[in-house]
Amino acid sequence: MAFDYDKYIRPGKLPHIWCPGCGHGIVMKGLIRAMDSLNLKKEETAIVSGIGCASRLPGYLDCCTLHTAHGRAAAFATGVKMAKPEMNVILVGGDGDGTAIGGNHFIHACRRNINMTYIIMNNYIYGMTGGQFSPCTPTGAKASTTPYGNPDPGFDIAKLAIGAGASFVARGTAYHAAQIDKLIAEAIQHKGFSVVEILDDCPTTYGRRNKYRSVVEMMNRLKEVAVPVKAAEKMTAEQLEGKILTGVLHKVEKPEYCEEYAKVLQRAQAAK
Amino acid sequence: MEKKLPTIEIIEKYCKGCHICVEFCPTKVLEMKGFVVAVKNLEACIKCMQCELRCPDFAIKVTP
Repeated sequence: MAFDYDKYIRPGKLPHIWCPGCGHGIVMKGLIRAMDSLNLKKEETAIVSGIGCASRLPGYLDCCTLHTAHGRAAAFATGVKMAKPEMNVILVGGDGDGTAIGGNHFIHACRRNINMTYIIMNNYIYGMTGGQFSPCTPTGAKASTTPYGNPDPGFDIAKLAIGAGASFVARGTAYHAAQIDKLIAEAIQHKGFSVVEILDDCPTTYGRRNKYRSVVEMMNRLKEVAVPVKAAEKMTAEQLEGKILTGVLHKVEKPEYCEEYAKVLQRAQAAK
Repeated sequence: MEKKLPTIEIIEKYCKGCHICVEFCPTKVLEMKGFVVAVKNLEACIKCMQCELRCPDFAIKVTP
């Protein structure tokens, strides 16, 4: 049976603004399937975003949504979660929004381990503003501000999140569409700060500058570079050269911030 | 016994013509007609739902 996406979509909002072939639509479908599989109620789910192409996503979803300042999704979402710990708080955003402008908020949200899910759509570029290089643009890649190749090495968002203290980190790609909803559902169920990085494609501002002739070529590149974590265990370092691991990369149990803060309140009230 | 054919609904005003569904269909059921996707060979459809799953624009609905 065809999946009924319409029940989570705000009436009259489609078609969306994303370019032809942009993977953000595929990720949005994955998020809707994940919310449906967990039976999340619209009124108990808050979708928070910053600014950017990916951050337009909450506008299309018929949930409690919050479109905030550039890079500040984690800060606003922390406020929502602290005020209403029973809400399911899901953050969405792009790589520039999450790791450059909002880099500080991102690492500190990871460190706090507050019970939220951050879906980062990594398309390696700032798409909305005209293709400037982002902290995730790979070395040598061309962008409108690096026409002779990017000299900087790119961030590995998953490793950054693990290093900063997130208790659940997973990575998927827009090509592996059936996996996205499973990763997001597991991340939402996890208690603590969970990060899901989805490797995405930006045919308009990244693809045409970097010799990808079509959307399909970009999708096939995602297919080629992705290696599931379990398959990677049997591969040698040479075979893994240039590959990107996908699946659940990190999962640990840690004290959750809202619960720890409630204990602080109890201690403070007992001391009176 | 006659095979029951699925219905492939294409919402033309959502389709942006990105070619993803056409290329990733394993049995080449779909084709581009101008800037919009169209069903070429419905008999070949194996109901794998890949087009519906991958369409970034919510433009395809397959009912097996």
